[in-house]
Amino acid sequence: MTARQITNPISEETLLELKAGDRVLLSGTIYTARDAAHKRMFEALQNGEQLPFDIAGQTIYYVGPTPAKPNQVIGSAGPTTSGRMDKYTPALLDKGLKGMVGKGYRSPEVIESMKKNKAVYFAAIGGSGALIARSIKSMEVIAYADLGPEAIHKLTVQNFPAVVIIDSEGNDWYQIGKQQFQEEGPV
Amino acid sequence: MQVRTIQYKEIVDQVASMCQEANFELGQDVVAAFQSALKTETSATGKDILEQLILNADIAKSERVPMCQDTGVSVFIVEVGQDCHIQGGSVYDAINEGVKKGYEEGYLRHSIVDHPITREKSKGYNTPSIIHIEMIPGDELVIHMSAKGGGSENMSALKMLKPSDGLEGIKSFILDTVAKAGPNACPPLVVGVGIGGNFERCAYLAKKSLFRHIGHRSELPEIAALENELMEKINQLGIGPQGMGGNTTALDVKIEIEPCHIAALPVAVNLNCHASRHKELRI
Repeated sequence: MTARQITNPISEETLLELKAGDRVLLSGTIYTARDAAHKRMFEALQNGEQLPFDIAGQTIYYVGPTPAKPNQVIGSAGPTTSGRMDKYTPALLDKGLKGMVGKGYRSPEVIESMKKNKAVYFAAIGGSGALIARSIKSMEVIAYADLGPEAIHKLTVQNFPAVVIIDSEGNDWYQIGKQQFQEEGPV
Repeated sequence: MQVRTIQYKEIVDQVASMCQEANFELGQDVVAAFQSALKTETSATGKDILEQLILNADIAKSERVPMCQDTGVSVFIVEVGQDCHIQGGSVYDAINEGVKKGYEEGYLRHSIVDHPITREKSKGYNTPSIIHIEMIPGDELVIHMSAKGGGSENMSALKMLKPSDGLEGIKSFILDTVAKAGPNACPPLVVGVGIGGNFERCAYLAKKSLFRHIGHRSELPEIAALENELMEKINQLGIGPQGMGGNTTALDVKIEIEPCHIAALPVAVNLNCHASRHKELRI
């Protein structure tokens, strides 16, 4: 199974073609945000304020990297559990967010909002932060610098490996993949 | 009676070094479990993930970088010989100072908030750690350390079963916990189980079981058999590496038991992600 090369931001045409289970290599610009940055962005929207960057068409990577050593672009940088961002995600999707990279389940509300807004959810391999760091070519803090590893960073990535978990039609690879290998009925 | 003196500074330095080693170098038992799973995994994506995890462990070891960005809460089980004396400060302070030094100098992530509700960031670099002390005979100090990730900890569970729920109730609670965790806990997992004791004790037993090496079975034959049976059943759930389907959902299952109240059957399931980082040192 070969991985499909994807350029970020992802074109609308490509987004609609991606199917749950597809392996991809992401290249281009993505943004980091996790718990604390999501909370702040959500509160900004509730207060009628602008987001710190234009998220229309963009992809957010749920990551809080380790500090970079002097010779590194970024420290280890694998995905964190996406479900903690679920509460804040539909509001961001409504603002035009098109891609999310993390690991783990999404809530029914997020999946509905993804279908409505035509967005895609990718998983990277949790616990492979040293390997993933190799595909990150530049990093720049663009907002909420006081949050340290939780600040919003702009990343340039090249051949960042991921799998489409939920596509824009709401198909969920965690369900499909598991069913293929289940040897007994659900517990 | 002879009392052995251990210097505070020695504990600080050795703990600092063990924190870094735990994060940079995955134990041989875990790497061997990946390699063995690679032979039996039937999912192409699952195999690919296992290969990437082996490569990731190689990079972390050779470049001395953390294998995972979640460098965890530092959890310690410290066996303190009753004939040893720590000079220069408390064992708790020495360990926390070692963690701070090891995490800061090793470019490991500071992942602790001081206040669980306000989420205010802690002032000590990745401290305070969680430290359990056990007294042992002799004059040695044995320190077991785990860098415990948050994703798998979040999917762990504890249930006060009824004695009438019996063995079947225990099994279904364990399987249900692993099934619910799915991809969130970063499978393939090491599943730690504590049965008996009381509310807090069974959680401690579950945690403690995770410090055993992969492949090491309980010395109680009926518990060893239960570990094997659950391992097989968990790997039939279909979750697979990273929850993307496959037959490698658990690398191992560990169970510890203890006596409990006539009315009780406490069971705790503590999940560990595949980055099962455990180190041990003796002073």
